[in-house]
This record gives sequence, structure tokens and C-alpha cells, in this order.
Amino acid sequence: MVEAVALADIAPPVAAGAALDIEQVSHAFDIDGAELPVLSEVNIAVEPGEFVALLGPSGCGKSTLLRLVAGLDKPRFGTLREDERRIRNPHPSRVVVFQDPTLFPWRTVWDNVALGLEAQGILKSQRHRVDDALDLVGLTSFRNAYPHQLSGGMAQRVALARALVNDPKILILDEPLGKLDSLTRITMQAEIVALWQRKGFTTLLVTHDAEEALVLANRVIVFSDRPARVKADIRVDRPYPRHRGDPYLADLRRQILGLLGLDATW
Amino acid sequence: MSTYSLSDGLASGAPRLSRTPLLASWLRESGVGVLASIAWIAFGLSCLWWQDVGDWSRTHSLGIAAFVIAAVALFGTVGADYLGSAGRALHKRAPWLVALGAFLTLWELATAKFAWLPLPFFPPPQAIIEVYTDDLPKLLDSVLASVKLQLGGYLIGATVGFLTGVSIGWSRAVGYWVHPVLRFIGPLPATAWLPIAFFTFPSSWSASTFLIALATGFPVTVLTWSGVASVSNAYYDVARTLGAKPSFLVLKVAIPAALPHVFVGLFMGLGSSFAVLVVAEMIGVKAGLGWYLQWAQGWAAYANMYAALIVMSLLCSGAITLLFTIRDRLLVWQKGTVKW
Ligand SMILES: Nc1ncnc2c1ncn2[C@@H]1O[C@H](COP(=O)(O)OP(=O)(O)OP(=O)(O)O)[C@@H](O)[C@H]1O
Ligand SMILES: [Mg+2]
Repeated sequence: MVEAVALADIAPPVAAGAALDIEQVSHAFDIDGAELPVLSEVNIAVEPGEFVALLGPSGCGKSTLLRLVAGLDKPRFGTLREDERRIRNPHPSRVVVFQDPTLFPWRTVWDNVALGLEAQGILKSQRHRVDDALDLVGLTSFRNAYPHQLSGGMAQRVALARALVNDPKILILDEPLGKLDSLTRITMQAEIVALWQRKGFTTLLVTHDAEEALVLANRVIVFSDRPARVKADIRVDRPYPRHRGDPYLADLRRQILGLLGLDATW
Repeated sequence: MSTYSLSDGLASGAPRLSRTPLLASWLRESGVGVLASIAWIAFGLSCLWWQDVGDWSRTHSLGIAAFVIAAVALFGTVGADYLGSAGRALHKRAPWLVALGAFLTLWELATAKFAWLPLPFFPPPQAIIEVYTDDLPKLLDSVLASVKLQLGGYLIGATVGFLTGVSIGWSRAVGYWVHPVLRFIGPLPATAWLPIAFFTFPSSWSASTFLIALATGFPVTVLTWSGVASVSNAYYDVARTLGAKPSFLVLKVAIPAALPHVFVGLFMGLGSSFAVLVVAEMIGVKAGLGWYLQWAQGWAAYANMYAALIVMSLLCSGAITLLFTIRDRLLVWQKGTVKW
């Protein structure tokens, strides 16, 4: 935690989180000439600094929605706004940690983390931010390693550091902890919450794990099967740090699993 | 490897054998060195023992040199432990020294001494040595001319090919115009252009440079292009969300990701450009190793041809080694690359 505090000291607290408005967004893909609807009239208004978890069946369109928020693709219908500004292109204020770590294999760990600052042309004056981010995910000793020398979990941590180093206003996480072992996973969950609380960025987290959503988020949004619609929008008013055994959360969890079509006896 | 583990297993299974006599263990360690030494002494003797059937001036010196090599092989391998890395390197190559010594002995006997092989076509080793000592200036001039021509053509071809490949891979518009031209002209062997090139270019030197560049450029273009085209979109997505501009995407994502392909193209280009170089030198340019070969053939100077061939193969192999070294430098991040 000491190193985390150091990061907060150095990085200027940029106007914390941004608001995100997803209005009437529908999207589809063309596969072999046939249209595959993926998102159907999705409406979500995220307030600055909120931590929103997105839950839904596999293949329903969660990653697609995140790509729209990132500005990597344009929706067929509807609009997305960051702080009232329409999202048309990617911007480093919205950083994505993808489902796969997709590290650049030709760059060392340090150079991978430095990617964002280098792309924005501010690496020279901000090198310490890379060191701090690496410190934060506990990979300082692997700074000169190449991605093929890392384990899956370490690669995912590098991807997280690569996102955090940019001081995003909206952090977009696509199952970033899916590949980690349960122990590292719990540690990383705590780190993410701590970071989020300290920096105040808005967070969108896609996860398959209802428990993870409830331990981390202010708000859990449950999607239907493809094409994804918002099926439920659940507030989680519980102070942090949360306990997995909390009966209130257990109750919500049962409710969510019911929405996802699983037997409520879980 | 399996033979080692087998003998290890035997030794541990039969403790009586573990106390091998001193001589046997010494022979196992230094036996190859002794053999190499014997092979080279045989070569030296084969030079000096019999009379040459022809008139060659370097027979005596070659025999002495063979004895020197035999001595070096013997002391080098026996004393390998005291010689550090040089000794280890020598020890590793000792089997090759044996083979080489044996081959040279046979060659000497088959040509200079008993003429088992028809003589002017198969010159003895001393005849080739004679070329290196007596015709050195001309040979060096040829080497220099060849290297200059090859280097110029190759660098131009590789640069143009690389830039073209990146442009086609990156820009749809460039691809639209260049791709058909590439498909139409590329597969043509560069040597087919020879007659036209020698007419249309101001000098045979510039024509040859063009042809070598052409032979290099085609594979480099195609492989660079395929490398750029096959870069995963996920890399671009990551870079774009982190604020990368198009120039960053080309220079820092597309090109490094395509580099392994580019090197395959560079290797292929090197191979085909060697072929063009030699043909161009034989036909048009009156300099270089190709021309030297041609000239030697005109005079039925077979020893000179073999001497030039050996130099040529050393140069080509050296060029490939250099390219491998550069590749290994640039692609350290790749695992499991081939050792040349
Ligand atoms: N580029 C694309 N072209 C065509 N179809 C696509 C494309 N990307 C996604 N799809 C389709 O859209 C649907 C939703 O995909 P998406 O990746 O958003 O699912 P997801 O909810 O993230 O699933 P998971 O939880 O398994 O990651 C899938 O059926 C997929 O086949
Ligand atoms: Mg997904």
C-alpha cells in the first residue's frame, strides 16, 4: 500500500471520474450476409465516479458494448457520451483492459506499460509514472522481461498497469481477473477498489462472477441473452471493504443468479 | 544425447568399469585431437613423399603447413583445458579437422600424385593455394567489385521493398495500384530483364544494380506486406485506446510486429540476389567474382575457378551470417529462433 500512496502523491489528481451516458444504443454485426443483433436499446447513465459491474450470459454483447464506450467502434443506433461530449473516437481518458492482456511481444514489460505515455508524447517527463504503476502491480523485478517470459496472471497485471499509468477518467475492465488464480484475484480486487476509491475514476467492469460484481461495484447491471438488453439495474449500497459472507450481498447474489437463469438454490 | 545417457547408465550399473585405465580415459578425451593430428600429418606426408605429376610450386610449403596444423590440432586438443574458450572451440571442431585432413589427403593423392582424376579439370590443393598467393591482387579486386555491386543493389532493393510492403499493407489506395503491378512483374526472374536492362541503362553497373535490387525487392515487398497485413487488430485497438496517432500505429505497432516476416523476405532476397549478381557479372559487368570465373574458364584455368568459388561461398555464407546476427539482435523478443 505504501507504493500506492506514492503513486497518488505524484500523479496529479485529474478531475476524477467522468459521467457516461449510453442512450438507446443498438448494435449488430453482419455475419455471412445475415445480421446478428448484439445490443438492443441499451440505456445506462453512469454518474462520475461510479463503479458499475456488467453481468450477462457469455456472448450476449458485453465486450461489444465496451468497445463502443471506448470509441473503437461506432454504434448502429443511439449515442454514447462522456461528460456530455459525444464519443466518436478512442481517447486516453477512457482506457480499456481487454479480455486478453494483448501485450506487445516485442516490448519489455516496462516498455509495454510506457505505451500510453509514449503514444501521447509525454514519456520523457513522466517516466516515474511507469515505475510507479509497475510497483503497484508488484512486477518491478520483471521490468526487463519480455511477455513470453510471464505467466498468464502476470501478463494480466501488466495490462492493468498499462491502463492505470494513463490516469483515466473512465476505466473499462473486460474480465481482467478471469485468468488469475483465486488468491491473486482477491488481492487484485482489493487493489482495484482501493485505486478506484483513491482516484475516483468511473469504472465499468465486465465479469462472469456475480460475487465479484457484488464485492466491487456500486451498481450491478444484468443483461439478457443476445441481443443484450438491460434486464436489471441493482444498487449495492454497502460500505467498503465488503465481506463475501455478508447476508445482504448473498441475498443480492441469489437474485442476480435467478435473473441469469440459474436455479435460486445456489 | 541418448548415447551419452546410455553409457552413463552402463557405467553406474557396472561399478567395475568405473575405474577405467588412465590411458583409456585420456584417449576418450584427446582421441579426436590425436586423430586430427594424424590425418593432417598424413596430408603433409602425401604432399612431400611422392613426386608431383605436374609442375606446381607450392607443394613443399603446403606439406609444411599441414604439419603445422597437425601440431596445432594435437596440442590444442590435448591442452584444451589450459587454453580456455579457444581450446574448447578447437575441441568441438576436432572431428571436422579429422574429416578435412582425410579429405585433403585423398584429394592430394587422387590429383597431384597419381592423377586418378583427369588433371586439368581437378587441380590439386597446391594449385589452388598457388592462385591465392600469385593471383591475389586480381582476386581481391574482383571480391571488392562484387561486394560493392551486391551491397548497393541489395540495400536499395531491401529499402524500396520494405517501404513498398509497408505502404501496401497499410494503405488500401496504394495497395489498389501497386498490387497488380507486383503480381504481374514480381514473379518474373530478375535475370529475364538482363538483355533489356543492359541496353536501357547508361552503364552495365547501374543495370546490374537495378537487377539485384529487383531480385531483392520482390520477396522483401511481399513478405513485409503480408507481415503488416497479418498484425492482429487487437494490437491496434490497444494502441488506439492509449492515444496513439496513425504514425505511431505504423512505426511502433505495424512495423515491429511485421519484422519477423520482413526478415524472411530479406533472407529470400539475399539468396536470389546472389544468383543475379553472378549472372550479371558473367554477362555484362567486366569485374567481380562472376567475371573472374568466366575469365578463368576462358583460359581453362581450373584452379582459379575453384579458388574463386571457395571465396564466393565464404562471402555468401558471411552475408547470411551477418543477416542472422542482425536478426537475432532485433528479434531477441522471439523465442525459439533458428541458429545459423
Ligand atoms: N467483430 C465481430 N464481427 C462479428 N461478430 C462479432 C464481432 N464481435 C463480436 N461478435 C459477435 O457478437 C456477439 C457478442 O460478442 P461479445 O464479445 O460482445 O460477447 P461477450 O458478452 O463479451 O461474451 P463473453 O462473456 O464470452 O466475453 C457474439 O455472438 C459474437 O459472435
Ligand atoms: Mg467478452
